This record gives sequence, C-alpha cells and structure tokens, in this order.
Amino acid sequence: MNEATPLTLAALGGVVSERSGVVNIALEGMMLMSAFTGYVVAFQTHNLWLGVLAGVLTGVLIATLHAALSISLMVDQIVSGFVINILALGITGVFFKGFLQEASVAGPGVLPTWEIPLLSKIPVIGPILFIHQPITFAMLLAIVLIQFLLFYTVWGLRTRAVGEHPLAADTVGINVYLVRYVAVILSGGLAGLGGAYFSLQQIGQFLPNMTGGRGFIALAAMIFGKWKPLGAFYACLLFAGAEALSGRIQITGVHIPFQFLGMLPYLLTIIVVAGAMGRAVAPAADGKPYRKA
Amino acid sequence: MSVVAGFVVAGLAVALSGSDPWQSFYALFQGAFINPRALPETLVATTPYIFLGLGVGLGFRAGLFNIGAEGQFYIGALFGVFIGYSLHELPTIVHVLLALLAGILGGFLWAAVPGILKARFGAHEVITTIMLNYVAFALVNFLINNGPMVDKSSSAPRTPYIDPAAQLPILASGTRLHAGLLLALLAIPIVWFLLDRTTIGFRIRTVGFSPTAARAAGISVAWTLLATMGLSGGLAGIAGADEVLGVSHYMPPSFSTGYGFDAIAVALLARSNPWAILPAAFLFGALSSGSRFMQFQTQVSADVISVVQATVIMFIAAPVLFQWIFRLRRAPAPAIKIASEEGVL
Repeated sequence: MNEATPLTLAALGGVVSERSGVVNIALEGMMLMSAFTGYVVAFQTHNLWLGVLAGVLTGVLIATLHAALSISLMVDQIVSGFVINILALGITGVFFKGFLQEASVAGPGVLPTWEIPLLSKIPVIGPILFIHQPITFAMLLAIVLIQFLLFYTVWGLRTRAVGEHPLAADTVGINVYLVRYVAVILSGGLAGLGGAYFSLQQIGQFLPNMTGGRGFIALAAMIFGKWKPLGAFYACLLFAGAEALSGRIQITGVHIPFQFLGMLPYLLTIIVVAGAMGRAVAPAADGKPYRKA
Repeated sequence: MSVVAGFVVAGLAVALSGSDPWQSFYALFQGAFINPRALPETLVATTPYIFLGLGVGLGFRAGLFNIGAEGQFYIGALFGVFIGYSLHELPTIVHVLLALLAGILGGFLWAAVPGILKARFGAHEVITTIMLNYVAFALVNFLINNGPMVDKSSSAPRTPYIDPAAQLPILASGTRLHAGLLLALLAIPIVWFLLDRTTIGFRIRTVGFSPTAARAAGISVAWTLLATMGLSGGLAGIAGADEVLGVSHYMPPSFSTGYGFDAIAVALLARSNPWAILPAAFLFGALSSGSRFMQFQTQVSADVISVVQATVIMFIAAPVLFQWIFRLRRAPAPAIKIASEEGVL
C-alpha cells in the first residue's frame, strides 16, 4: 500500500489529464520537483505540513507550464513533457548541490502514522485501510473523489467530452482550453502530492532523481487501468506488489542477483503496456492539440 | 537564439541557488575552449553526441521518440567492450571494426525490442524505451559488479581492459582525442544519404509524415518503424562502443553521463537534419566538457546544463513563444511534430 501511494496519485493525475486529451509524461518531473520543494520548505520551516502544501503547489505550478506549452502554444505534448522532466532533473540537481548537501544530514523527519479510532480495530481490513501515514489516506480519498468527479458530475462529463471530441464539445459551448487547463493543473496537484510522499513520508530526505521513473510506471498503470481511477489503482497495487516482492525475495536470500529483481517493475511495465494496448482504448482526442477555428 | 535564452534561464537558476552566474559561465567557457586541452576534450565529448544525435534524429523523422538512446548506448558499450577484451592478437583494424560492429548490433537489438512492441502491439515507445533504460542499467550493473564480466584482478568493479589492438588510435598526442571523431564525421553523410537518397529513407520520412498515407501507398508501416528504431539504436550502440574503444578502454558499472538524454536535445536543436547535427553536437560537447570544469571551479552543479537544454528545446518546440518574445515578423520553421497518428499513450 505504501509503495502504491505515489504511483496511484500520479496515475490519477494521468487519468484526469488524458481524459481531457492532454498526454502528461511530465508526471515524473512534477513528482521530482515536488519532492524537492516539499523537502526544502519542510526543512526551512520545520513544518512537514507546509512541506506537503509546497509539494502540491509545485506540482500545480509545473502543470501550468505544461498546460501553457501544450495547450496554448501547441507544443507537441510529449516534447513539452520531456522538457519538464529534464528541467526538473536539472533544477533539483543545481539546487541540491547549492544548499542542501550539508543540510541533508538532519532532516525534518517523516509524517506521522495515523490510526483511525475504532475503524482500525476491524479485523483484516482495519489495518489495511485505516492505519497509514497522511498521504496514503489522501491517496485513498483521491481515488474515490476523482472517480466521482469524472463520472458523476457535469465537470467530469465536460472533461471527458473534450478528451473524446473537442470540436463537438466546443460546438455546444464548452471552453475546451479552460477544461484542459483545469484538468492538467489538477493532475499536477495530484502528482505533486505523490512527489511529497517520497521526501516527506517515505524517508524524510531528498535524493537526486529519487522518483526513479515512477511517473512512467504510473502512466503504464493508467493504461492498464483503462483510463479509470479505480482501474489505475488496482494496476498500481500490482506494480507496488512487484516492487515489494522483489524487496522481500532479496531479504530471504534466494540466489538471484539483486539487479534482476530491481528490473521486475520495469519489465512488468513493458509487458503491461504491450499487452493492454490492443484492448484498452485511449480517449479519442488524447495527445492532439486543439486549435479553435 | 534559443541557446541564448537557455543561458539566461540557467543563469537565473544559478543566481537563485546562491552562486555568481557570470563567474560560472566564464568557468564554463574556459573549460570548453581556453584551458590547455580544453578543445580536444570538447571534441571528445562531441563524438558520442554526433552518433547519438543522428540516431535520435533518425527516429524523429519516422515520428518515433527514442528516449532509450541512453540504454542502447550502454548495451552498445557492453558488446563493444566484450569483443575488445575477449579477443586477442588481431590486427588493430579488424579488432576495432569487430568491436564497433558488435556495438552497433547491441544497440540495434536493444532498440528492436521497443520497435517490435510498437509495430506489433502499438505500445508507445516513450514508455517502453524508458523502461528498457532502467533494465539496461540494471543488466550492465549486474554483469560488471557481480556478474561474469568483472575483472577479478581489480579492486574497483569494472570489466577487464580491452586489448591494446582494439583501442582507437589517438589523433593528437597528449590528449584523449581519438579517431572516433573521424568515424562520427563520416556517419553524418552516410545518414544523410540514407535518409534523402534511398528508398528506406523515403519510407522513413513518409511514415513520419503520415502513417495513413504511407499505408495507402503500400509501405509497410510496421517494418519501417522497426527498421528505424533498430537503426536509431545501432547509432546509439556505436556511440557506446566508440566511447569504450576510444576513451575509457574498459567499462565501469555507471558509464555514461546522460549522453543519451542530451542527444534528444541535440537532435531537436538540429531539427533532425543530419548536417545540422554537427554544430549542435559541438555545442553540447562544449557544454559537457565546460560544465565539468565549472563544477570543479565554482561548486555549481553540472546539472545546470540540463536547464540550458530544457529551455533550448522549449524555445525550439514553441515557435509561437519566439514570435511573442522577439516580435518576429515571419514565423520560424514549423515545430517538430512527434506524436504520430497512432499509438498515442
């Protein structure tokens, strides 16, 4: 469940963004930047919650850049996402060296574990669902919320319409640009929260490139989950399971070189993407810029 | 001009992180051109950028976004170093050629995997190539850290040194400048010829322009994608082998310094035109060797280069941004289009 937290948050971001027709490979960069700013703010203010907030805001900010580039300026969405990813690597690298290297020894700690009274006492599902650190709770909440928003509200209907057929949506008076901006920015906020997980909930430190390609694994989970929040969550559990399993095997000392176990999540991603592609159908206008006539 | 913008943004980042941007960029310039042996070092770094930039650019022409150049570079180096140290008593020319061919083969095979996945299943190459990068790093790490390719006589984890006959000759004594540069220069007209003067090149460009039109014209889109991906990987693979034979002469577990990712910026800057790869690769060679000196001299991380890169790409990819900032009368050349009509993420 812990490993699945950042994956699911990023995958939800992917779902929201792609449902509106904007491919978001920048999830990786958003998470990395947010992990960094979240850590810096938490370190400077000695307040983990401000750190989490900073992480989310960073995600929102970068998502705005992605939206501006790919929606308004018509940059190829993949190029724009790629740019953001290397920008995030570069900026976190520069600033990490700039003022964090000595400081990282005594970090601000990690978010506390919460136990929901009564509910956590339920056998079996109690500990699984109700004893977690805050970001994991937020993730569980986000799944339900996004599922509801996307499929049971006017906003969700508009977003999906824009992702399937922007021209038709435009004709009936929906502001395609606005809908896409909102979706991408929301996606950035989710990825930002996922990023904060790494530095503030998991280890209480920032390390260069600590997200390690999880933004892309999240995209694969999104595809495997057929662009649905719940589906994406199940896929993320699967990936997280693979990761946890490879860690577990390592401890038991079975004679497999650790590098092969490390490959597992990545290989699984490749297989899933190849296998799911034929059956899962992407939103029809996914990846296509829309130019108002 | 996009390069200037890149430096402005990077300068801001340096200033914000608490260092002096002028001093940093002066050190960068010194490290790239002025210091003794700076220019040869720049050229040494230019060499892989030419190969890799050609490879990534070739992919772009078919509408393929090969982010896996880094992994293909690793596998190429792995194949190259294996031939380099396991064969002996061959004439230099034969040994070098064999090792380079092995490098091409390694990169080709590694890139063919996402090629097949794309052609057969429609799996988007952006995800599969990135995932294969991680797999390549882990594989190389295994083979060279605790696997069969470790040099038992060395305390540091690395492969054995390659046979002296497999080393690329040094062009200027006292420097690390090696004959690989000449090979890279030779590769430019070859790739240009392939793209602009052969049927394969025509197919690649047609598929990149419109897969639907290509299919209507009787071109096998699947085979073209596969071949392009393979060729692109082959160029990345020769870059890796060339680096082993010319510079390091052995292979440590962590080998490249992100050449494969920088190459994407090189290809975008050159707009995938093989001739334009040369100046673009030279620029990145200078940035690469200069940034190492800068990091040493001013404590500014060499990562600042990726900020330059990102900004450069952003400006190239968004011609509108340019128009808006510089009030150009005529729009610059059209933006690069990569998302092909099918196989969207």
